[in-house]
Amino acid sequence: MSKSDIFEKLTGIFQDVFDDGDITISETTTAAEIDGWDSLTHITLLATVEEEFGVKFSMKAVQHLQNVGELAELIAEGLQ
Amino acid sequence: MQDRFTPPFSGELLARYQKIRRELLAESTDFLDKRIAVLGGSTTHSVIQALDLFLLHHGIRCTFYESEYAQYWQDAMFPNRELEEFRPDVIYIHTSNRNITRCPLLADRPEEVDAMLEEEYGRFAAMWEHLAEQYGCPIIQNNFEYPDWRLMGNREASDIHGRVNYITRLNLLFAGYAQTHRNFYLNDLNYLSAQFGLERWSDPFFWHMYKYALSLPAIPYLAQSVANVVKSLYGKNKKALALDLDDTLWGGVVGDDGPENLQVGQETSMGQVYSEFQEYLKAHKQLGVILNVVSKNEPENAMAGLNRPDMTITPDDLVMIKANWEPKSRNLEDIAHALSLLPESFVFVDDNPAEREIVRRQLPGTAVPEMGERPEYFIRAIDRMGCFEVTELSADDGARHEMYRQNAARSRLESAFADYGEYLRSLEMRAEICPFSPMYFSRIAQLTNKSNQFNLTTRRFTQGEIQSMAEDSRYVTLYGRLADKFGDNGVVSVAAGEIRGDSLDIILWLMSCRVLKRDMEYAMMDQLVRRCRELGIRTLVGYYFPTAKNDMVREFYAGQGFTRISQEQDGSTVWRLDLENYEKKNHVITIESTEKE
Repeated sequence: MSKSDIFEKLTGIFQDVFDDGDITISETTTAAEIDGWDSLTHITLLATVEEEFGVKFSMKAVQHLQNVGELAELIAEGLQ
Repeated sequence: MQDRFTPPFSGELLARYQKIRRELLAESTDFLDKRIAVLGGSTTHSVIQALDLFLLHHGIRCTFYESEYAQYWQDAMFPNRELEEFRPDVIYIHTSNRNITRCPLLADRPEEVDAMLEEEYGRFAAMWEHLAEQYGCPIIQNNFEYPDWRLMGNREASDIHGRVNYITRLNLLFAGYAQTHRNFYLNDLNYLSAQFGLERWSDPFFWHMYKYALSLPAIPYLAQSVANVVKSLYGKNKKALALDLDDTLWGGVVGDDGPENLQVGQETSMGQVYSEFQEYLKAHKQLGVILNVVSKNEPENAMAGLNRPDMTITPDDLVMIKANWEPKSRNLEDIAHALSLLPESFVFVDDNPAEREIVRRQLPGTAVPEMGERPEYFIRAIDRMGCFEVTELSADDGARHEMYRQNAARSRLESAFADYGEYLRSLEMRAEICPFSPMYFSRIAQLTNKSNQFNLTTRRFTQGEIQSMAEDSRYVTLYGRLADKFGDNGVVSVAAGEIRGDSLDIILWLMSCRVLKRDMEYAMMDQLVRRCRELGIRTLVGYYFPTAKNDMVREFYAGQGFTRISQEQDGSTVWRLDLENYEKKNHVITIESTEKE
């Protein structure tokens, strides 16, 4: 799966979880920029990403995620 | 729409919570509104979201109270104005083995372990008692899932110091409390987690990341289970099965293969599969579930199959058998009509996806399990839906199959009489119509929650509320029990009124549809009037509140001789009857006893 494929799928997940069909994301998007991205929705987001991409994250890996780009990298690693 | 709420569940229920919620709300206008307090021992955010969706799916629209993180005990035990003002209809206590205060150490003496167990149980029991007293509403309590690790391995199960053994004992104490306390229901976390897979259920990632006692993928299963208890409490269980025959109850097509060549019985492994499935279905009779057949077959072929000597389900187990070439949705509606049930009270069981699709489309309320291609998994497909979740078992439940069969006999008799009055007299009906008495509190509450069609006000009452009304002299209460020469119908009608000066406001009037057109409503009114006259009441005020289901009683009070005094925009009507000139209306039912207090 290419990076742009990952981003496309990820955009759909963000739109669902944050209930906003207009959300766009980029490598540098952070939680602060998206309405409703708090710790509770964060766990829903992670669980949804795990299910949709068929990957499983470790706590270590997700604990220090800085932005959406790092999340996409984690997905790409998980898919390999 | 239905598939989303049929297992296996996907994470979509949480990921698209808002969107799915909007869709469910737009689907109907006829919701039952309830308030649910969720008292958590761990994070409850997504638990409440999933619960919200499952309840909306059952037609119950809820507002929620959510305790602060892990404050379940404090919220319950200490003065809590927010919860008091919320006035919960149901309290759900979402605890897990993470909330067990202390577990035995290997050095503990047996009496120390016993004391520890008593203390842990006592902490919960005190909370339930306090909640029951304070709120008087149904309480749903999780029991405990097994631990995620075992210090002693297998010995954990047998040794009193083992956590597996300890949790098993705690769970039995919880079950004991449920056996002896009304309005208290266990949510069987222990079974749910085993079924889901304990390792995936207790995934430590979700505990350590955000203090969820169960993994997010497991949450829809938890929510489904809790929602099943709630919808059962509010009378939304299914009541009947409509079963296909060919390749569903047996393997093969009876019309083509002949009854002797069907796969059923103990001779082959495939035959055993179908026999076991029949056993599973037949067991539902004990719950009062009505078994019926809807089959595309010539009637004589269907009967030839059902009459095979090694068939587990026999024609005697079935109340209605429809074998013809009409669309199954129409046959199901006919059966529902004949049994005075609604199509939405049915579970339609058919191996053929096309038939399932037609029923789903034509009768959206009917439950249609996704049977799959493999008969060896048929039982699971039905069982995992929880259509018949049992919260109260009344003595009537086991007898219901017999009652419906008696009804079928009555309708055969009916066609033999030219005059309907003559038919009614031939039934030799006897009724017992008395104020609410403790023996029937459970059945009366059940009726208020289950009856939708012949129900003037559709007010739901818990058993506790029924009891308070019975004990309060400001209320006049009556239940009616009807028997005839074919058998006992049990308690079938309930009425209650609130005394205001010299008039009585009838706040509750309902009747089970299985005794429609038997003049039972007249017998009830006669007794109500009699009782009111004794109390010096001069007028009755009746109310009709329309719902999607009670159109049949829109003109009920007109038929009872009341005068309409007002009508609202929404179709609600108010009626009045002056008792001075009331004349007895029932002439076909013998009243056996009118006072028994």
